Amino acid sequence: MSSPVAPELPVQESPITRPRPGVLRKLAQRPLALIGLVIVALVVGGALLAPWLTNFGPNDQTFDGLTLSGEPLPPNATFWLGTDLLGRDLFTRILYGARTSLIIGIVANGIALLIGTLVGVIAGYFRGWVGSVLMRFTDLMMAFPALLLAICLAAVFQPSLWIVALVIALVNWVQTARVMYTQTSSLAEREFIDAERTIGAGSPRILFRHILPHLLPTIIVWGTLGISTTVLLEATLSYLGIGVQPPTPSWGNIIFENQTYFQAAPWLVFFPGIAILALALAFNLIGDALRDILDPTQQGR
Amino acid sequence: MIAYLGRRLIQSVLILLGISLITFALLYLLPADPVRQIAGRSATPATVESIRRQLGLDQPFLVQYGRYLWNLLHGDLGRSYIQRSEVAQLIVARLPATLLLMVGAIVCELAIGLTMGVVAAVRRGSNTDQSLMVASFIGVSAPQFVVGLLLLYVFAVRLSWFPIGGYGTYSHLVLPSLTVGILGAGWYARMMRSSMIDVLRQDYIRTARAKGLARVTVLMRHALPNAILPIIAMIGIDIGILMGGIVVVESVFGWPGIGQLVWQAIQRVDIPIIMGVTLVSAFAIVLGNFLADIIAPFIDPRIKLR
Repeated sequence: MSSPVAPELPVQESPITRPRPGVLRKLAQRPLALIGLVIVALVVGGALLAPWLTNFGPNDQTFDGLTLSGEPLPPNATFWLGTDLLGRDLFTRILYGARTSLIIGIVANGIALLIGTLVGVIAGYFRGWVGSVLMRFTDLMMAFPALLLAICLAAVFQPSLWIVALVIALVNWVQTARVMYTQTSSLAEREFIDAERTIGAGSPRILFRHILPHLLPTIIVWGTLGISTTVLLEATLSYLGIGVQPPTPSWGNIIFENQTYFQAAPWLVFFPGIAILALALAFNLIGDALRDILDPTQQGR
Repeated sequence: MIAYLGRRLIQSVLILLGISLITFALLYLLPADPVRQIAGRSATPATVESIRRQLGLDQPFLVQYGRYLWNLLHGDLGRSYIQRSEVAQLIVARLPATLLLMVGAIVCELAIGLTMGVVAAVRRGSNTDQSLMVASFIGVSAPQFVVGLLLLYVFAVRLSWFPIGGYGTYSHLVLPSLTVGILGAGWYARMMRSSMIDVLRQDYIRTARAKGLARVTVLMRHALPNAILPIIAMIGIDIGILMGGIVVVESVFGWPGIGQLVWQAIQRVDIPIIMGVTLVSAFAIVLGNFLADIIAPFIDPRIKLR
């Protein structure tokens, strides 16, 4: 579906800067992006070091994990964030849940980025009927109620971690494809590409030596923002009970498992909820800063 | 203009056709057998087979899809497998609740988002601007089910200002609308801010200030109307985002709309309902995009429809 401003206005010139080693330093100079980087570092650290950061296993149901009448415990000295309905340590489950979120975030978003870039670049560079078919299909996917599609897909395949990642990727490549298409088709018309063709360069050389490097900033920006979308979609699917299945902890399914009890034990929703929000926010902040740094057309916005 | 409209109309119909085909194919591939759901566990194989034949589910895929399209052309969305009534009727009965929720959500997101955007643009570069933009990021990064559950906990369970869930009065509408609206408010705040900054740079704003108008008058009479126009067309595109939220938000608040209808249908493999709701949502999204495209040249005369 074309956006309302698309038809007559000239296509935005694509950015020419390549990401340089200084990007990370520039990123760290922006307070918001720095907050994002710190959150990501904390989550990655927590996920990797989970076994050493906590005395419990993610599925340990401890003796003293429930009150005598079988209720979950609020946050205390032993169980830092309290316990869940089965008497498992919430802090431990959130740490291990970070692994799920990060794996899905990286794998699903990686696949989505790959499909989106492939579709967008092929459609934008080769045009013709292949391009039309690909872009019409992209338009179609844009009009699909995304969550409904994800729910249907998750119901078709029996959900496992990898299937959930695949489902999310199949829903999330569409935006990337649109952006890559616009960028590639404007790049393909630039003079230096014509010049390359005149000196006899073949399509593979033009694509890999000239088009892709120019797309890299866009790929990086969309790749970062995409992790945020992916993390949120995984949490939502798991919250509905059709994402990552218990007992494998995921921030979404922790809330799914405990929500019947949340009026009496709000921490069971609050802490995993904050975790989802923080990680999604972090990647949004970093992605937005990257866009400012890498994309000169957006400067001053 | 007419030619453009005609082409966009055909395109929209093709998109809906494609969506119906993909959804139908996906549901055809479902490992769960709808006939078993209908017949129950104790049914004999013979009963199961006769139900399958009755529903036409023993036919090849293309025959089934062809028949579905033929019926759809006659305005017939089929019958629910489990609820024993027409899908169209079920959807029509649930639609007002969902529409009400969407209107509530649009009001919330515009009220919150536009205000945030205008204030941020006017105080550009200040701490207020920074905090508002962080808030808008939090809005777009917050999972809707968490927002819903937290609002429910604070304002319904603890403070008892609003009912815990359900449907009926305006006070039932507030929390669900807010939950859906917060996400959109984040987007609108950012769009409104940059639109407003663009407008405030224009010469006519300087002229208005130069001729001695009060700051408020310049803002309200000259800047705001021009800055809001490009945002209006976004509402059409927004419908897709709103539609995405309804399954989750309706299930958090027990809101009896089409989101709940389809969610129950998915759990019971009630294929005609899933098809029906998917098509209705896709129709709403396509319609929204269509309207946004048509409105665009009226808002910005530089845009010409081709």
